[in-house]
Amino acid sequence: MPGAIYAEGLVKNFGDVRALDGVDLDVPEGTVLGLLGPNGAGKTTSVRVLTTLLQADSGYAEVAGIDVAKHPNEVRRSIGLSGQFAAVDEYLTGRENLQMVGQLYQMPKAAAKQRAGELLEQFNLADAADRPAKTYSGGMRRRLDLAAALIVKPPVMFMDEPTTGLDPRNRQALWEVIQDLVKGGTTLLLTTQYLEEADHLAHDICVIDHGRVIARGTADQLKAQTGGERVEVVVHQRDQIESARDVLAVLGKGEVAVDDHTRKLTVPVLGGAKLLADVIRDLDERGVEIDDIGLRRPTLDDVFISLTGHEAEVSEPEDEAAAAAAAGKKETAK
Amino acid sequence: MSAPTTQAPTLAPAPRGGISGSIRDSLVVGKRNLIRMTRIPEMVIFGLIQPIMFVVLFTYVFGGSINIPGAPEGSAAAYKEFLMAGIFAQTVTFATAGAGAGIADDMHKGLIDRFRSLPMARGAVLTGRTLADLVQTAVTLAVLALVALLVGWRTHENIGKVLAGFGLLLLLGYAFTWIGALIGLSVRTPEAATSGGLIWLFPLTFISNAFVPVNGMPTFLQHVAEWNPFSATVAAARELFGNTIDGVPKSVTGAWPMEHPILASVIWSVLIIVVFRTLAVRKYRNATA
Repeated sequence: MPGAIYAEGLVKNFGDVRALDGVDLDVPEGTVLGLLGPNGAGKTTSVRVLTTLLQADSGYAEVAGIDVAKHPNEVRRSIGLSGQFAAVDEYLTGRENLQMVGQLYQMPKAAAKQRAGELLEQFNLADAADRPAKTYSGGMRRRLDLAAALIVKPPVMFMDEPTTGLDPRNRQALWEVIQDLVKGGTTLLLTTQYLEEADHLAHDICVIDHGRVIARGTADQLKAQTGGERVEVVVHQRDQIESARDVLAVLGKGEVAVDDHTRKLTVPVLGGAKLLADVIRDLDERGVEIDDIGLRRPTLDDVFISLTGHEAEVSEPEDEAAAAAAAGKKETAK
Repeated sequence: MSAPTTQAPTLAPAPRGGISGSIRDSLVVGKRNLIRMTRIPEMVIFGLIQPIMFVVLFTYVFGGSINIPGAPEGSAAAYKEFLMAGIFAQTVTFATAGAGAGIADDMHKGLIDRFRSLPMARGAVLTGRTLADLVQTAVTLAVLALVALLVGWRTHENIGKVLAGFGLLLLLGYAFTWIGALIGLSVRTPEAATSGGLIWLFPLTFISNAFVPVNGMPTFLQHVAEWNPFSATVAAARELFGNTIDGVPKSVTGAWPMEHPILASVIWSVLIIVVFRTLAVRKYRNATA
């Protein structure tokens, strides 16, 4: 049975630019998919197709079991969208914004009003509820935007880089909200450039580049694919590097990499924490002084670099919009 | 941000659909635009200054020099009364440029993506906007009528007919708002929508019966002026205000709209609404932010 979000062979061209080149996705109900990729990889375009804002040139997509191309308005009842930019009216107060969105989700006026009040409390906006949104800070606008997306407690949520531009405290708080949503049974598709964020929140990860999914799996699977655990040692004295290399060569499971300049030695290992203890003991016995030692697992950054050949750069998120504008707005949307 | 109480997701209520759903959604969006107007009052105020200047300038600068053929010699009163319906009509049409700019501005904000991802009526974003603009136009027209009375404009028909005259002016303004909306959706910046929304209005409002009778124009322009939808509403309002001048024939080319200005005004306005609303809503649905 296809998941709550399902896509097969989505293709979308903006003029000569192929934004999506056959994207397949399948997100089981109640799980979080992290869509990861560099700028212009097709993350936002995928979200726009799935949220009925853009029509794909070819391919099939369904959300909550409903055909996105055929019944867009039915899909809209089931989704919440929080985009890269805070989609709020800056001249309306926070409360007025939420009430309006609630009513346009077809909630009765009184229910929209009540729900707006609840969300303002929940997102720590109660004090600012009756001030125009243009007086809000960036983090407050983001929270208001997210609250607007949650007003009907939709079964499927799309968040396009929800924490871009948030300070660490607000990012942490947003993560908690997201985790709680998922606990309640919401299915979430999350795009992000922060690998840490995907690692933290997503059950499954799709890495997308040049409009194609180039890898998928859990964070652990992707990391295992890139390589296993390593022990890293930084010795205190340069003349101790050779002794340390001997120890690591015996205990490690591969070639010992040495960086003379930083006095850092790295070796792939099996056996985790137990082995780390052995390394420390043997180094101690040979009188090697250690500045730093650690068991290092590959991060999603390592995965990213090995898959795409470049780092996940964090820069302005307007690339796709700019590409679309450059292509002369030829796309049609439903 | 406090952690929310965990809640099971729910579907949004089913859209009502049909006309009543469309009206409801349009009113919700219209309210949003009206709130914005109260928060940016300078926009409403600047929208008032220009037409007031027109009333005052035309009355005192041109009023003394323009003699309407058939009117008593040197009578500024006749021209003043003749002129007002034209200025009112010009005011309601010029307001459309602002509507276009507002829509162009909206289209480049994330809020449009939010609207387009909601289960709301298709045309409601634009209809709500045009309804709010209609309210603003009505306020402008009321203020303008007061200023016109102050500079000596008088009506000579019963209140029902006078109100009907204003009704036709508002209907024309509403129709033109949809043209402004289409322009706003077709350009890339609000600035382009403002200038693009104004340029065509100059020939449209001047090649008409709004400021001078068409008698003095070349024959070719007489035909254009008398078939101009704008002229029909000016003639209709003039008739309903009792501001026609006895010596001036209703029509010099025998154009049907000039012989039946009230009916023609309604037909033109409804036709413009139907055509341009259809085009604008389609354009909106195909646009991206």
